[in-house]
Amino acid sequence: MSDNPKVDKTRRNLVVATSVVGGAASVGAAIPFVTSMWPSERAKAAGAPVEVDVSAMAPGELKVVEWRGKPVWVIRRTPSMLDSLKKVVAKLTDPASKSSIQPAYAANEHRSVKPEVMVMEGVCTHLGCSPQMKPADAKAEMGADWAGGFYCACHGSKFDLAGRVYRGAPAPTNLTVPPYTFLSDSTLIIGEDKKGA
Amino acid sequence: MASRLMALWEWFDARMPSVAQEWRKHAAEYYAPKNFNFWYYFGVLSMLVLVIQIVSGIFLTMHYKPDAALAFGSVEYIMRDVSGGWILRYIHSTGASAFFVVVYLHMFRALLYGSHKEPRELIWIFGVLIYLALMAEAFLGYLLPWGQMSYWGAQVIVNLFGVIPFIGPDLALWIRGDYVVSDATLNRFFALHVIALPLVLLGLVVAHILALHDVGSNNPDGVEIKKNKDAQGRPVDGIAFHPYYTVKDTVGAVVFLAIFCIVMFFVPEMGGYFLEANNFIPADPLKTPEHIAPLWYFTPYYSILRAVPPLFDSQFPGVLAMGVAVLILFLLPWLDRSPVKSIRYRGPYYRIALTLFVVAFLILGYLGIESTTVWGQFATTEGSLMDRMLDTKDRATWVARLCTVLYFAFFFLMPWYTARDRVRPVPDRVTM
Repeated sequence: MSDNPKVDKTRRNLVVATSVVGGAASVGAAIPFVTSMWPSERAKAAGAPVEVDVSAMAPGELKVVEWRGKPVWVIRRTPSMLDSLKKVVAKLTDPASKSSIQPAYAANEHRSVKPEVMVMEGVCTHLGCSPQMKPADAKAEMGADWAGGFYCACHGSKFDLAGRVYRGAPAPTNLTVPPYTFLSDSTLIIGEDKKGA
Repeated sequence: MASRLMALWEWFDARMPSVAQEWRKHAAEYYAPKNFNFWYYFGVLSMLVLVIQIVSGIFLTMHYKPDAALAFGSVEYIMRDVSGGWILRYIHSTGASAFFVVVYLHMFRALLYGSHKEPRELIWIFGVLIYLALMAEAFLGYLLPWGQMSYWGAQVIVNLFGVIPFIGPDLALWIRGDYVVSDATLNRFFALHVIALPLVLLGLVVAHILALHDVGSNNPDGVEIKKNKDAQGRPVDGIAFHPYYTVKDTVGAVVFLAIFCIVMFFVPEMGGYFLEANNFIPADPLKTPEHIAPLWYFTPYYSILRAVPPLFDSQFPGVLAMGVAVLILFLLPWLDRSPVKSIRYRGPYYRIALTLFVVAFLILGYLGIESTTVWGQFATTEGSLMDRMLDTKDRATWVARLCTVLYFAFFFLMPWYTARDRVRPVPDRVTM
C-alpha cells in the first residue's frame, strides 16, 4: 500500500471504520466473559443475614458465626472488659475509629449498639487472616500490660476487646463491624440494618 | 527399507518444506557460541520442567475434582488409591519448585553475562513475562489441594489486590467471584491453572526462543559472534546447536533428572518447603493457621511486603513495593548503562552490587519463611529515644527493611554505578 503514490481515501476510510467497529464489537463481546466472573446469584443469596441467640451466652463468651463465609464474632463483654477499653486508648492507632469501618450506630466508644454485646468481623484488616482471642490473663504470652483482646498470628497485629488495633501493628485500621440489629433482647441479626433507622 | 523411508520423507518435504526449514533454522544451522558454560543449562532445563509439568498435570486432572467439597478428598484419593497417583502428584509438586530453581538460576545467568542488554532486550522482556505467568500459575495451582495453606494463602494474595486504591475491593471480589475465597474461586483458579495460563506460558516461550534465535545467543564473554563470520557466512565462534548443544544439554538433563528423582522419591515435602505441613489439613474458613508463609519461591517478595510499614492508614505502600520489586525487572535493559555485557569485563561496582543484591535476595527469602520474631526484639527502655523511634522492635523486620533497600538500590542506582564502573577491554573473539 505504501509504495502506491495515490491512496484511495474512500477505501482507507472504510478500512479504518471497519477496524473501529470491529474493535468496539470485540470489547462488547468481552462483557459476558468479564461479568461471568462476578459473584453469581447463588453466591449473593448465600450472603443472606444470620440470626444469633445471645441470651444463653455466658459473660466473657465468644461465639463465632459464619456470615458471607466470614467468621463474625459475638462477644458478651463483662464490666471489667468494658473498663479495659478506656485503659488502652493511648496505645491505639485509631481509638475513635475515625478511619475504620462500622455502621453509624456502632461508631461510639464501645463500638456496639449495646455496650455488653460486641459484634465484629473476625477478619484482620491487614490481609484477611482470622485473629485469636487472648484474654487478659494471657499476660505471659502477650506482655505484662496486656488488657485482653485479639492477636493475629499471621503478621502480628493486636486488637483490644472492641477490635481496635494497637499501634506498631501491620493492620492499618480497626476490625470491621458488620451491619446488625437486635430483633429482640435475646436475638440479633447480622447482615441487616434496622429498617428506617 | 531405508530408501522407502527416504522416499516418504522426500514426498513429505516436497509438500511441506517448512518443517525442514525450521529444523535447520532453529537446530541444525543455528549457530550458538562455542564457549557456553554451566550457566547455559538452565534455559533448556526450564523447558524440560515445563514439559514435565504439562504432562503430569494432564494426568492429575483425570482424577482431581475442582469442587470445594471434594477437592481435598480427591487429592487424598490420588495419593492413596489411584495407581501411581502419588508419583504423579510428587512429580508435579517437585516440578513446581524445580521450575523456580532453574528459572532463578537462568535469570541470574542473564545478570552475570549481560544477556538482557542490547540487542536482547525483547528476549529479556518475554522472559520476565514468563516469570510473571509462572508466578501466577504457581499461585493458582496452590489453591487446588484446598488445604489450610491453600485457602489462607489465596485469601492473603487476593486481598493484596483489594488494597489497591479505588478499584481494589471490587477487583478482589471479581477475582474471587464471591465475598470470600470459596468454591467459585477454586473452580475458576482450576480453569486458569490448567488451560489459560499454560497456553499463555507456551506462547511466551515460543516468543522468547524466536526472539533469541533472531539476534543469536549471548555467551560468557558477552562477545557478539555474528560480527566475525567465515566465508560461508557462519560465525567463526559458533557451533551448530544440533548436534553439539543437544548432546551437551542431554547430559545436563540427565544430571538434573537424577537430582529431581532423589527429591521426588526421598524428600518430596523438602521439610515443609515444597509442601507445607498445614496444607495436609482441609481448608477451614473460620480458623487461620498459627503460622502462614508462602512457598519458598515467593518469600523474598513476601518479606518486602511485610517490611514496609503502613502509611496513611493504608497497607498499599507495602503491596506497591512488592509489585514494583517484580515489575522493575522489565526496566533492567535500560537501567544497565555499562558498555560491556559480561561480568568478566565489568568493574568492581557491578560485582559488588550484584553480590549485595544476591545476598539481600537470599536473606529476604529466608526471613519470608520465618515469623518476624525469629531473631527476637531489640531491648529498649520504655520512653527512650530508641523506643519512640522504632515502630517495631522485631530485629528481623529491620534486617528485612535493610535488605529491601539493598534490593531496590541495585536497580535504582544501576544507571549511576554501571556508567562509572572501571570496565576492562572486551576481546574480539570468545575465550574458552
